[in-house]
Amino acid sequence: MAATGPVSGFSGADKPEYADYSRCVHCGLCLNHCPTYRLWGQEADSPRGRIRQMQLVDEGRLELGEGFVTHIDRCLDCRACETACPSGVEYGKLVEVARAQIEQHYQRSLASRVARDFVYRWLLPHPRRIAAAARVLRVYQRTGLAAFARGTGILKLLGLQDRERLLPKIDTDFFFGDLGRTFPARGPRRARVAFFAGCVAQVTFSELNRATIRVLQANGGEVVVPAGQTCCGALPAHAGVRDVARDLARANFEAFPAIDFDAIVTNAAGCGSTLKEYMHLFPAADPAHEQAAQFTIKIRDVSEFLADLGLTAPLREVPLRVTYQDSCHLAHGQKIREAPRKLIRAVPGVELIEMKLADQCCGSAGVYNVTETEASLELLALKMDSARGTKAQAIVTANPGCILQLRAGAAIHDTGQEVLHVVELLDRALQRA
Amino acid sequence: MPMDSRLLHDLKKLLGPRGVLHEPEDLMLYEYDGSVEVARPDCVVFPRATAEVVEIVRLASRHKVPLVGRGTGTGLSGGAIARHGGIITSFARMNRIVEIDAENQRATVQPGVVNSDLSVAVEHLGLHFAPDPSSQKACTIGGNVSENSGGPHTLAYGVTVNHVLSLEIVLPSGELMRLGSPALDPPGYDLTGLFVGSEGTFGLVTEITVKLTRNPEAVKTLLAVFDSVDDATETVAEITARGITPAACEMLDGWTIRAVEDYVHAGFPLDCAAILLIEVDGLREVAEAEAKDVADVCALHHAREVRVARDARERDLLWKGRKNAFGAAGRLAPSYYTQDGVIPRTKLPATLRGIGEISKKYGLQIGNVFHAGDGNLHPIILFDERNEQQFRDTIRAGDEIIEFCIQMGGSITGEHGVGMEKDRLMPLLFSEADLDLMRRVRDVFNPTGMLNPGKILPISKGCGEIYVRPRPALAPPSA
Repeated sequence: MAATGPVSGFSGADKPEYADYSRCVHCGLCLNHCPTYRLWGQEADSPRGRIRQMQLVDEGRLELGEGFVTHIDRCLDCRACETACPSGVEYGKLVEVARAQIEQHYQRSLASRVARDFVYRWLLPHPRRIAAAARVLRVYQRTGLAAFARGTGILKLLGLQDRERLLPKIDTDFFFGDLGRTFPARGPRRARVAFFAGCVAQVTFSELNRATIRVLQANGGEVVVPAGQTCCGALPAHAGVRDVARDLARANFEAFPAIDFDAIVTNAAGCGSTLKEYMHLFPAADPAHEQAAQFTIKIRDVSEFLADLGLTAPLREVPLRVTYQDSCHLAHGQKIREAPRKLIRAVPGVELIEMKLADQCCGSAGVYNVTETEASLELLALKMDSARGTKAQAIVTANPGCILQLRAGAAIHDTGQEVLHVVELLDRALQRA
Repeated sequence: MPMDSRLLHDLKKLLGPRGVLHEPEDLMLYEYDGSVEVARPDCVVFPRATAEVVEIVRLASRHKVPLVGRGTGTGLSGGAIARHGGIITSFARMNRIVEIDAENQRATVQPGVVNSDLSVAVEHLGLHFAPDPSSQKACTIGGNVSENSGGPHTLAYGVTVNHVLSLEIVLPSGELMRLGSPALDPPGYDLTGLFVGSEGTFGLVTEITVKLTRNPEAVKTLLAVFDSVDDATETVAEITARGITPAACEMLDGWTIRAVEDYVHAGFPLDCAAILLIEVDGLREVAEAEAKDVADVCALHHAREVRVARDARERDLLWKGRKNAFGAAGRLAPSYYTQDGVIPRTKLPATLRGIGEISKKYGLQIGNVFHAGDGNLHPIILFDERNEQQFRDTIRAGDEIIEFCIQMGGSITGEHGVGMEKDRLMPLLFSEADLDLMRRVRDVFNPTGMLNPGKILPISKGCGEIYVRPRPALAPPSA
C-alpha cells in the first residue's frame, strides 16, 4: 500500500516522541506559569502551544519553518511549566529535542549559524579557547576601553548599554589553575566530593568556585577537583546541539570516576540539571546510557548536598536582609526549593523575606539574554520590581547565570542590591568566624 | 473561511500587527481548550483596552462575523472555541487589577486577570477571591464570569455569581453598559445575575467588580480514608444531615488517588477505595468542634484513617492533589474526557454504581472525582484519541452518565458549562417552551446571534441535529 497522507516534519534521532508529547492533555494549567506567555499572552508562546506545534509538525500539519523556530527559540527552557503540569509532561526534554530537529532540518541565517557554531562548537568545548577569549575581554574591561566606550556614549548609540551590563567581569586569577588539586577537609572528614567547576565559570566565577570549596571544606568535605573535566554541555544541549553535548558528557564520565566520591558537587543549577539528566542524551541501547546513569546518581547541587549533610562549621553573624530568587533549573529542573532556603536561614543575623513569584525566571536562561535580549530585559524588570518590593539588601540565588542577570538588573534599575550565591553567603559567615 | 480582507485590515489598524493573528499556523493553536472540542477561528485579536473591545465588536457586527471571547482556554465545554469560525477576542493582554478596595472588600479587575493572581494580590490584606475552580492558577476571572465557575469551596461560599458585584459589558451593537453596582443588592432586575454564566452569548465583559472574602480565622482540613466507596458516600450524606456545612467536601476514588499521588506525593494511601477531603472553617472554636464532629461521622462509617492537616503546607499538598486530579489523568492515557453531572447527594452511592456499569459496558476506565458535598460529579473517562471507535464510545459513555444523572433527578452540568459540548443534551432537561424562553432572553442581548454562536442552546428547534465531533487530535503519521 502506498503511503498517503501527511508526512512528519521530524526525522532521524532526537525528535519529540508521541509518548512524551501526548502526555499533554491541553488543560492549560501551565500557561500562567510560563514567563513568555505572561509577557505576550499568545498561545504560540506558551508551553501548551509549543507542545501542540511539535505535535502538528510531527503530524505533518505544520511546516518546520520560521514560525515554529521562532516560538521554540523564544522558550526560556526555564521549565516552570513542568512544576505546574499535573500530567507530568517532561517539557524540557521535549523542547531540547525539538531544537535538535531544528538544528538538523532548518537553515538559519548565516550570521546565526556562524555565531552558534562559534559558541557551541568552537568555544565551549575547549577550556583553552575559553581562557584565551577571556583574556581578550579582560583587556577590554581593564584598559579603560570599556570606560571609554561607556563614557563616550558609543554603547548607548548602538543600543548596547544594557547588553554590556550583562557581560561578566573577567577574573584576574582563573580557576583553571586549581584543576587537579585536592582540598582537605577542615576537622574530621565527613565526605569526599568531586567538584564540578564549570566552563565559563572558571574565568568569571573563580571566586565563587573557591568560596564553594571553602564552605565544603569547613563542613568536613574533602574536595577533589578532577583535572580532565569539561563543560557540562547544558548550553549546547539546550540549543539542540546534541552531538557536542554527548561528547562533553563522555569526557566527564572519564574525568569523574563516580565510585571514588560520595558526591559530585556543582554550584551551578543549570549545570546540575543537565548533569542529572545525562541519560536523556543517550538512547537506552547505547552503553553510554548506563554510564550516564551511574554518573548522575552522584550529582548534587551544592545547596542540596550541604542541606543533607548538615552544616557543622561555626557561623558568625551576618546582619543582612535577603530575598531568595529560585534558579529555574534548581526549582523546576531539580525540584529543589527548600535546601537553599534552609541554608540561608542557618546564617545567624540573616532575615529571609520572600519575594512575589520568586520561582519565575529572571530572564537569564543560559544565552537567552543575548539571543532574546528584549524579552530577557522585560522579565528582568519584573523580577527587579519584586525584589525591590521586599526591601532586601541582597538577592541570593543558586546559579552563576542568574547572578550575572540579577547584578545587571540591580545596576539597570538602580536597586542598590547586592547579588550573592547561597554559598557566598555561607562563606561570608565563615570568613568572619 | 478566510477573513474578509477589509475587516482584517481594519482590525490591524485598530490593534497593530501584533494584536491580530490570522495565519493558519497561529489559528491552529486556538482551535482547542481544556475540553475535547475542536474548531478553528478565522482570526484572533488581542485588545488592551475597553475602547478597543468596543471597536472590535462594532467591526464584527458590521461584517456579520461571529465573535467569541477567550481567557486562558482552560474551559471544559468548548466555551471559548469558535464553533462557527469568526473572531476570537483573547483577553490575555487585558490582565490588570484596576483597583483593590480593601475596606469595602472588593476589587475591580480586567477580564484577563488570572483567578489566583487576584487572591495572591490581596493575600497581605487577609482577603481572597472565593470562587476556586481547579484551574484557578491559570483560568481568568472573565472566564469565571462567563461560565459561572464553581470549585471545591462552592459548597459554603457559592459560585462566581455570588461574588460579582458589577460588570462592564459590550453588547453586539457596540453599546458599553454597566450592570449591577458596587453596592450590595441594587434595585431593579438582577441583570448581573442573568449575565454571569451566559457563556459569552450576551456580551463581552471588559471589567468586573468582585467581592473579596475575608480569610477565615481557622481552617481544618481532614483526609478520611475508606475501604468502600459506599462508606465514603454515606459519610457525606450524614455530615450534611447533621447540619454541618463544611467549606468543602470532595471525594476521589481509589483509582484517581493512585494517579494523583504519583504527581503530588501527598501521602494518599494507594490501596484504598475512596478518600474524602473535608474542610471546615470559621472561628477557631467552631472549626475545631466541627472538625471533631466530622471525624466522628467518618469513624462511624468505617473510615480506616482520619488525618487532619497539621499546617498550611500539608493542607496545600492535599488540595494540590485534588485540584490536579484531571490533569494527572494524562499520566495514564493520551486523552481524557471529564464529565460534569449533578445529582442529589443522597443518590451518590447509586450513581457511582451506575457509572461503574457504564465503565464495564464500554470497557473504558473511568475515574471519579466529586464535589461530593453538592453532588457535582466529575467522572474522568480515559481514551486514546488515535482509536476512533474508542473516542466515539467515550462520548457515548459520557452521554449515558449524564442521562443517568437526569434519571437520578439531577442535571447535565454543574460548573463546566453547556458550551458546544452539551447543547444537544439540553432538550433532555428542558422543554421546548423552556428553551424558547431562554432564546428570547438571549435575543434581547444578542439578537443576531453573532456572539458565541452554537453554544448553550441547540441550534434549531426540535431538529435532531446529528453532530459528528472531530477527533481532538490526529494520530501522527508513520514516518
